Amino acid sequence: MRVIDKRLQVGRRGFLATGAATAAGVGAVASGGVIIGADGAWALNVSTLSPDAASTMLQMARDIFPHDALDDSYYARAIEPYDQQAGEDADLHSLIEEGTAALNGKAQERHGASYAEIESEDDRVGLLHEIENSALFKKLRGDLVVSLYNQPEVWQRLGYEGPSASQGGYIDRGFDDLNWL
Amino acid sequence: MAAPFDLNDDGVVVIVGSGAGGGTLGNELAQQGIDTVILEAGGRHEIHDFVNDEWGMFGQISWLDMRTTSGSWRVARDFPNLPAWIVKAVGGSTVHWAGASLRFQPHEFRVLTEYGAVHGANLLDWPLTLEELEPYYDRAEDKMGVTGTHGIPRLPGNNNYKVMAAGADRLGYTRYHTGNMAINSENRDGRSSCLQIGFCFQGCQSGAKWSTLYAEIPKGEDTGHLEVRPQSQVLQIEHDDAGKVTGVVYADAEGNQHRQKARAICVAGNSIETPRLLLNSASAKFPDGLANGSGQVGRNYMRHMTGSVYAVFDQPVNMYRGTTMAGIIQDESINDPARGFVGGYEMETLSLGVPFMAAFLDPGAWGRDFTWAMDRYDHMAGMWLVGEDMPQESNAVALHPEIKDQYGLPVPDVRFDDHQNDIKMRQHAFRQGAAVYEAAGALKTYRTPPYPSTHNLGTCRMSERPEDGVVNKWGRAHDVPNLFVSDGSQFTTGGAENPTLTIVTLAIRQAEHIRREMAAGNL
Ligand SMILES: Cc1cc2nc3c(=O)[nH]c(=O)nc-3n(C[C@H](O)[C@H](O)[C@H](O)COP(=O)(O)OP(=O)(O)OC[C@H]3O[C@@H](n4cnc5c(N)ncnc54)[C@H](O)[C@@H]3O)c2cc1C
Ligand code: SF4
Repeated sequence: MRVIDKRLQVGRRGFLATGAATAAGVGAVASGGVIIGADGAWALNVSTLSPDAASTMLQMARDIFPHDALDDSYYARAIEPYDQQAGEDADLHSLIEEGTAALNGKAQERHGASYAEIESEDDRVGLLHEIENSALFKKLRGDLVVSLYNQPEVWQRLGYEGPSASQGGYIDRGFDDLNWL
Repeated sequence: MAAPFDLNDDGVVVIVGSGAGGGTLGNELAQQGIDTVILEAGGRHEIHDFVNDEWGMFGQISWLDMRTTSGSWRVARDFPNLPAWIVKAVGGSTVHWAGASLRFQPHEFRVLTEYGAVHGANLLDWPLTLEELEPYYDRAEDKMGVTGTHGIPRLPGNNNYKVMAAGADRLGYTRYHTGNMAINSENRDGRSSCLQIGFCFQGCQSGAKWSTLYAEIPKGEDTGHLEVRPQSQVLQIEHDDAGKVTGVVYADAEGNQHRQKARAICVAGNSIETPRLLLNSASAKFPDGLANGSGQVGRNYMRHMTGSVYAVFDQPVNMYRGTTMAGIIQDESINDPARGFVGGYEMETLSLGVPFMAAFLDPGAWGRDFTWAMDRYDHMAGMWLVGEDMPQESNAVALHPEIKDQYGLPVPDVRFDDHQNDIKMRQHAFRQGAAVYEAAGALKTYRTPPYPSTHNLGTCRMSERPEDGVVNKWGRAHDVPNLFVSDGSQFTTGGAENPTLTIVTLAIRQAEHIRREMAAGNL
């Protein structure tokens, strides 16, 4: 049967990416409004949100929907709209700043590091469980369902081919090619 | 040639809504030479406007006006302002529907007699029989090109179907096939055959799937007797001192209000907006809402017992390729109270793309268990479970006491509690669905809770006696002689089957009744 190559295709997103693209833990460095992937392959610019808030959100996004096959750039793209929205919506701005500060406070208390710097995923997820009913967590999770999973590049990594009408549907492209039963 | 009728023309039949019920009725009336105006709240989006994009199409044509939910159903928690997935556009929900077209079984028209009284359920026999409906079912199937009927070949099975069929076979089920679908398996009625595009829920770009948008309405317009006015949301139905309806007030795209006069009015806004419109049309003469002498308007809301089972396999399935509903198992659709519940259910393949799967597989879920499944999206197969649910008087569409819509009218609140029978049936269906996939070799199965309702039924039900329901066996209001209900709100009970074929069947029959009554001077 015709199967989908789910591996990352180098260069197709306009940034450098390594073939294996494991990216466990956000390898991002923040400096003055710009968060840069550890490999320098992508950048997230923030002008209204603090870099601390943005990098915390990025790590939270990863931990909420952890896909080892997706590097940080997909998560960065998913949370990017918050920066502009927070500029137009003071409530959202304080929700994100205060919510991430509170999470980082808990993280310091328990693990002596900010949330994004905690090495163990289990420790981070434990903290997320504690704030699972908070407004920030609910908003981020609810938005990510769309902002992460509605990216065509993500579809390919999960094995979904997206639009098909322009290619004549699947009538000649494997709608019934399953042969392992 | 579409005929524009004058606002003051009181000889026209006005239909509210252009979906399965309204669109079909409009064409059928026009074919008989009856001047008809369809007022449709949504816009007119033709096939070339459709895109293979789940959220894109959802945002473009769904009914997203404010609605609230109450009751203990899980939809109220997961989707508090989206009780139902209904389309607001010319063609109504037949733009997004999957096409499964099944007849009711004989016993499903007389459930009170067959099942006996069920505690807490407001069961009633329909005031008609399958026998009476058969000739109209024939015409509906022919019009819609339903596969597996009238010598129309069935569709080929896709990958998702193959998995379900293999499991069904190993489990000993015998009544499984690729369904009775209103999707062309060969060129028919000027429309092409299915290209297995796989975006049936987003509007069929090949036109293979029947929709009133392109399979009914243009034919009616060609007669010169039908006008469809899009972006025309009906706000109120008006009546005279004698209690006959005289016309409707509607808002156009700019929000300007107009009054269209009418000889008769047929309401087909789907089972949330239809009762809402009747309730919002309350007057001194009809203080509890139009046609509500029985107090049943908005009550007995049914949504079918639903649920889904998704399964992850070792090997790829690529279920998204081809028709969304590609096959069915019917062995469980019988009434066999030995299973612990009355009524039955159907098992039908279903596929969602990644965007919808993320939202619906397990609403609210997060973390590695969830992403484990999403990582194996291409190894998933899926089915939808749909069965008869119990009408309950307290499950109701009611006017919200405070919240108003953009026209200042109360928004509808949709209250629903599962009946014990619904819960037992769902447990059984989940178990059997999982067993089908396990028999086919699944690594893991998922029990997905109900989506926002796609089958909305029963809120203006048919009854023999005026005190038991809202309309008679023709869909004609017991209390108002020139008012009709022409959609799934008429259903006395829901049956196990997807409802649209029956909605279309009733509309064809109602059109004949209207013509006869006009000829006899009764309308
Ligand atoms: C994703 C999906 C899949 C489905 N699959 C199937 C299937 O496989 N088989 C099946 O049998 N059924 C299926 N259904 C259900 C099917 O679409 C409905 O049963 C059917 O379309 C209902 O017909 P209707 O005429 O009652 O309402 P609709 O088709 O919903 O039409 C109602 C129309 O009325 C308009 N309207 C409402 N209020 C007003 C107002 N006040 N003024 C003017 N216009 C108004 C609406 O905008 C809408 O266009 C599916 C539905 C969905 C959403
Ligand atoms: S699978 Fe067939 S019916 Fe469904 S959208 Fe594609 S062509 Fe239309």
